[in-house]
Amino acid sequence: MAKNIAVIGDSESIKGFSAIGLDIFPCDSFDEASHQLRNIADSDNYSVIYLTEEVFNHTEKERERYEERISPAIIPIPGVKGNKNTGTKRLSSFVEKAVGSDII
Amino acid sequence: MAVMNVNPTRMQLTKLKKQLTTAVRGHKMLKDKRDELMRQFLDLVRETRNLRNKVEMELKNCNSHFVNASAVMSKEALDASLMSPKQRINIEVKTKNVMSVEIPEYEYNTRTSDEGDMFPYGFAFTSFELDDAVTSLNNVLPDMIKLAQYEKSCELMSAEIEKTRRRVNSLEHVMIPRYQDTIKYIDMKLEENDRSSRTRLMKVKDMLLDKAHNYSGKQ
Repeated sequence: MAKNIAVIGDSESIKGFSAIGLDIFPCDSFDEASHQLRNIADSDNYSVIYLTEEVFNHTEKERERYEERISPAIIPIPGVKGNKNTGTKRLSSFVEKAVGSDII
Repeated sequence: MAVMNVNPTRMQLTKLKKQLTTAVRGHKMLKDKRDELMRQFLDLVRETRNLRNKVEMELKNCNSHFVNASAVMSKEALDASLMSPKQRINIEVKTKNVMSVEIPEYEYNTRTSDEGDMFPYGFAFTSFELDDAVTSLNNVLPDMIKLAQYEKSCELMSAEIEKTRRRVNSLEHVMIPRYQDTIKYIDMKLEENDRSSRTRLMKVKDMLLDKAHNYSGKQ
């Protein structure tokens, strides 16, 4: 089934993505963002959801539900405010979970 | 010694021995699964990390392009030019089975394959900075989709490895020793019963002989 890609975050960071065909969901507050995330992830129309790092760090509870599922993939991307290394930390946490300590 | 709460009978012993061989075989197989998963996972993580660094660098570039564009154009004009997208992305999700872990594979296609056709605005009233920004973003997209696929795979695989590791450990350190101990316990108990019945028989034989031939009376 053909699905789409969604981007959630502050409008400054994500408005460019609409030009290349991704669906954007600008949010002003984190509450709104987590609400949006739940709607989008449950609607099953999106197989990949990109979150800006700020939103990603504030929606831990919502993301938990989709961790074990194959779709959607929820991926952090850096916003305009700069890189906070959320993505690299996330990768390290996977290694830690699998191996027992961060060996990479 | 952790002994299970079982009756020390021969039937129980054969049952436990059968369970032990199953447990040992399962342990070996799970261990192999864990090792293979770990190998693939570590390769994937290394690749993902490099890809993530690359994507983050490129996105930073894109963002600076956008900042340049918004410096040259008014915010309203910029928003208006990006407002009605022309391009559309369709993602086809396929699954791949790696050591019983289902990982996703994304294939995507765009509505217009022509790169020049993707701009959702006319060139007359927008700055070239915006064109740069959109083009650079379009160039990152394949890598971003690949990154999503890799990271999701890492996530699913790490969960599976954790589960398998727990199973291997519980088999290795709890289940198998417990079976072995219980089997030993039943073995010893049966031998003990054997010995005690043998001595009893000998004793009874002595007593019977004594009665028949009156050994103790003769002395």
